Amino acid sequence: MRTGKLARAGRYTALVAYLVFLAFPFLWLVSTAFKPARELGSLHPTWIPENPTLGNFRQAFDEQPLLQAALNSLVAALGAAVVAVVIATPMAYVMARHRGTLSRLATGWVVVSQAFPFVLVIIPLFLVLKNLRLINSVPGLIMVYVVWALPFALWMLVGYVRAVPVELEEAAAVDGAGRLRTLVSVTAPLLAPGIVATALFAFITAWNEFFFALVLLKTPEKQTLPVVLTHFIGAEGVADLGPLAAAAFLATLPSLVVFALIQRRITGGMLAGAVKS
Amino acid sequence: MTDMTVATATPRRPRPARRRTSAADRERRSLDHGAWFLVLPALIPILGLSVGPLLYGISLAFTDAQSGRTEPTEWIGTLNFQDLLHDTLFWESFRIGLVWAVGVTVPQFLLALGLALLLNERLRLRWLARALAIVPWAMPEVVVGVMWRLVYNPDAGILNETLRDLGLGGGRDWLSGLATALPAVIVVGVWAGMPQTTVTLLAGLQNTPRELHEAAAMDGAGAWRRFRTVTWPAIRPVAFAITALNLIWNFNSFALVYVLTSGGPGGRTRLPMLFAYEEAFRYGQFGYAAAMGCAMVALISVVLAFHLVGRLRRGGEG
Repeated sequence: MRTGKLARAGRYTALVAYLVFLAFPFLWLVSTAFKPARELGSLHPTWIPENPTLGNFRQAFDEQPLLQAALNSLVAALGAAVVAVVIATPMAYVMARHRGTLSRLATGWVVVSQAFPFVLVIIPLFLVLKNLRLINSVPGLIMVYVVWALPFALWMLVGYVRAVPVELEEAAAVDGAGRLRTLVSVTAPLLAPGIVATALFAFITAWNEFFFALVLLKTPEKQTLPVVLTHFIGAEGVADLGPLAAAAFLATLPSLVVFALIQRRITGGMLAGAVKS
Repeated sequence: MTDMTVATATPRRPRPARRRTSAADRERRSLDHGAWFLVLPALIPILGLSVGPLLYGISLAFTDAQSGRTEPTEWIGTLNFQDLLHDTLFWESFRIGLVWAVGVTVPQFLLALGLALLLNERLRLRWLARALAIVPWAMPEVVVGVMWRLVYNPDAGILNETLRDLGLGGGRDWLSGLATALPAVIVVGVWAGMPQTTVTLLAGLQNTPRELHEAAAMDGAGAWRRFRTVTWPAIRPVAFAITALNLIWNFNSFALVYVLTSGGPGGRTRLPMLFAYEEAFRYGQFGYAAAMGCAMVALISVVLAFHLVGRLRRGGEG
């Protein structure tokens, strides 16, 4: 039994090592966000700020239009999440229930779309959106986000639909309910938690997205949080560390909260899609 | 040029099928009118804003399209690709992209597998580790980049401070050093992508039959043997899928390195996506950048093909 105890100790050591590796960058970010400028300039930085301050947060809001950026991010992420789920749910239903050519093509698209580098997608989209005068506009960004969120939204939702027993729908049909009636009053309520999880996941990915926003949004008053964050870093790579850390910390909070809410459902949904198709 | 109708891109809500469908017409195999109504709202944006632009993008690679040009773009055949063949900077970037993709994906997988195995045991602190393991996944990539810049900062960074405390020298400027920049960003890539891999593998582990494990232990199989004969076969499909995806995602990655180094110092961390982005949106060379995108797709296809063939062959033997 000695080896058992040793193995147990080994496991705990490994677990603690993982915890340290995963947590320390985030703790350092928080620590930096609350440090006054003098401590940031010192050659012996400490983990816990000696004179914690909120000055960095005030300065961050003074330097960059963070509130406007947060609002833009919110509109883009909410818009993308709602539209993506509204159009993906019916399609996912068909993909899960009818195994025809269309479903196979759609599944193929879900997989293939993962392999294409964004640059090949964004150049044509940029040209098209420019013709529609949707460059430097949040609605234009929402359109791009919706299509970009669709593959994993479909993936997750197909898994959730498959988890709803067909027998329930057949029973409703036997009772004389039409297809739409069945969908709305039998399938949709059972799908609701999955739909919410998918929407929240789409929300986070859109909230966090950087590349499309960087290309499509040109003026500061239209830009989303991740793009505005990069403005804290100067041309020479020199950054005002305090405000940068403060703004980065604030930008993360919404995703962390939402992610904490749906963590379990996401893993379930992804696996459902992965295992059954 | 391809004339795309994006006016149809704003989809309408699915309309109820007017006709009442009885149980008899609910033919499961064929798509009837009702099903088309369900599919169209997603299908139109997929065709108009994804499939269409992709084909348009590929066709751009065979033109001299540039940003802000007044004269019409012309077909130039494979000229872009011929230029690309001789573009040593691009191939260097391609090589860096491969080193980065493999350098991130392999440690990511090994570390994630280790963590997933730990999280699958009944250990104290497991809840904390599970919560923490998710954090990097939820963060915006830009924030991850910013955070690690703070860690790597030569003066105010915790890494150099720790090294100094341990008496391991005065530390260095990790992200600007020619030799250290790429390894430094690879560490960040591993950190950022670990959670998703861990969660996927953990989910796979939880699907392995516990009885089988116990039976193997009863028969006196050691930990390694149990892993090889019981655990690995059960999670292998999930492991292959996530590794393939990670490879692709990492090869196409952009934001992390953009924030950390912008491709510097001296192009040592210039991933292909950064290169193509600059070509397209800094220098306005749309056609040439599209050709780069095509080259990246070609490479990814080859990797995927190998992956699939390998998987099929192994599947055939087992």
